[in-house]
Amino acid sequence: MASSLGLGAAVDAGMAAPVAGAPMSYWRTVGWRLRHDRTTLAAGAVLLLIVLSALLAPWLAPHDPSAGSIRLRLASPGTPGHWLGTDEQGRDMLSRLLWGGRMTLLAGLTPVVVAFVVGSALGIAAGFVGRTTNTLIMRTMDIFYAFPSVLLAIAISGALGPGLANTLISLSIVFIPRVVRVAESATVQVKGLEYIAAARVSGAGVAAIVRHHLLANVLGPILVFASTQVSLSIILAAGLSFLGLGVTPPEAEWGLMLNTLRQSIYVNAVVPALPGLAIFATSMAFNLLSDGLRDAMEVRG
Amino acid sequence: MTAPLLRARDLTKRFPLRGGLLGRPRAWVHAVDGVSFDVNPGETLGIVGESGCGKSTLARLLLRLIEPDTGSVAFAGEDVLRASRSRMKRLRRDLQLVFQDPYASLNPRLTIEDAVAFSLLVHGTPRGEARDRARALLDRVGLDPRLHGRRYAHELSGGQRQRVNIARALVLDPRLLLLDEPVSALDKSVQAQVLNLLQDLKAERALTYVLISHDLNVIEYVSDRVLVMYLGEIVETGSAEALARSPRHPYTQALFASAPSMDPDRRMDQPPIAGDPPNPIDPPSGCRFRTRCPFAMPRCAEVPPPFVPVEAGHEVACHLYELEPAGRR
Repeated sequence: MASSLGLGAAVDAGMAAPVAGAPMSYWRTVGWRLRHDRTTLAAGAVLLLIVLSALLAPWLAPHDPSAGSIRLRLASPGTPGHWLGTDEQGRDMLSRLLWGGRMTLLAGLTPVVVAFVVGSALGIAAGFVGRTTNTLIMRTMDIFYAFPSVLLAIAISGALGPGLANTLISLSIVFIPRVVRVAESATVQVKGLEYIAAARVSGAGVAAIVRHHLLANVLGPILVFASTQVSLSIILAAGLSFLGLGVTPPEAEWGLMLNTLRQSIYVNAVVPALPGLAIFATSMAFNLLSDGLRDAMEVRG
Repeated sequence: MTAPLLRARDLTKRFPLRGGLLGRPRAWVHAVDGVSFDVNPGETLGIVGESGCGKSTLARLLLRLIEPDTGSVAFAGEDVLRASRSRMKRLRRDLQLVFQDPYASLNPRLTIEDAVAFSLLVHGTPRGEARDRARALLDRVGLDPRLHGRRYAHELSGGQRQRVNIARALVLDPRLLLLDEPVSALDKSVQAQVLNLLQDLKAERALTYVLISHDLNVIEYVSDRVLVMYLGEIVETGSAEALARSPRHPYTQALFASAPSMDPDRRMDQPPIAGDPPNPIDPPSGCRFRTRCPFAMPRCAEVPPPFVPVEAGHEVACHLYELEPAGRR
């Protein structure tokens, strides 16, 4: 009750984040901005739906995703018993999309999370220590950066062989250098600010400075950047599966589904479009969410 | 005659300009060159000079934020540059700095209360006590801790932020406070308030100040003694009163002549010195001011001028004041 009253008062005060009278912590301000951004809210809702449906696939899926039927192949959406139709082997599309979402999200999110952790650590170390450490880390990253991301992912996956674990490894390698670059430049920028010098003058050691002054100001921008990479990671993961370098059949995965349904497009054009639509909706939702996050986290003043 | 609180001898810092594939230094920027001075306990030493003359670098050298190439700094008799890590941490409590930019010098993610308390936590003060002391000090510098304590820097005005900076510098009970252009980013009216606050705090806490500024009015207002810097070197030192009354170095004269004055009789018709300071990458030989000096002589290009006393406690590095130019070598 008290919180809803507080929010009401804030809305009455106008659209700008409340400043006068009620001091607000940074994260509360960010939360307040996010709550008042309809596009971001909608994208977040869509994403929540997708994630929940993927998580709950074992309970939601009406059929076994790998049980086929020769009799009922490439049924159009709306077929009784198969709301979204069946694929080229007569497997239920809804079940496969729900189960495939698990794989696609796993393969899309994990590399970004890994890259966020490893890339932040490397980038912050490079930026904060500087000199030789910086040169060593950044020039190594440049080597990876020299290849287009798709090519690099294919090359590493091709060398390692197909499979989910190898997909995760190759995509992590693709995203780490990107995060390192952003982390390094953010760190260098913050490191030069006077409040870091002020912390040194107060006698603080490196650990305390990094923990209390650097991380809080650097992790935000890195997080925002990482969130923009999720949609690309999902597309790359699906792409690897499409090429037969990712998840192996009969496992359901959106990219793999696109690949196997590809030849059926002249028989039934609607069914092959479904996994593509799922990929599109998910990556779009991630993009819109990260845009909203970036806007909300922008410090003003 | 008491021992100086801070003693700087022959401080020199050159910054490399790197270039090429291997990043070898191509040239050196002479930021601070052979600067020596003492700061006596209880005084306010003003350091004045144009922007880019090395004032801020000097402040950072004194605090060991940058390591000097040569020279020494002693605080209360202790060698700052050779202090061990733990000794340095102890020394930092006595030697604090108020930064120039009230915007960049406060962490946007900390409340101002936490920003002030941070220094105490670093030195092992319990959290509750640190917060109480931070609040008390915020109150002293004119910020209501109940109203402002939980706020973030971006919610405060420039003057308020500079008060937070002062509180942060004072929370460790330092003996010497370096003020690097403490008011240059503030409005004139706020400048006076902050300067008066600094004066009051100095009297209350028996502080010693080193005030760095490009603004002669500010320097004259608060300083007991003044160093005039030009291109990384000290060109004249003396009491604030003596410098204002009879500036000797042509550069000091030009500085005083160009300071905006409220007195209509002191208004000038033409600028006393023209042009920009020479490039510190390749400073002029001999006297560094000779390229802009109206009295330059051939000797000025050959020999760097030594310090010459012109009256008690007033020295100038200029060949015009040498008593026996030929006799000295």
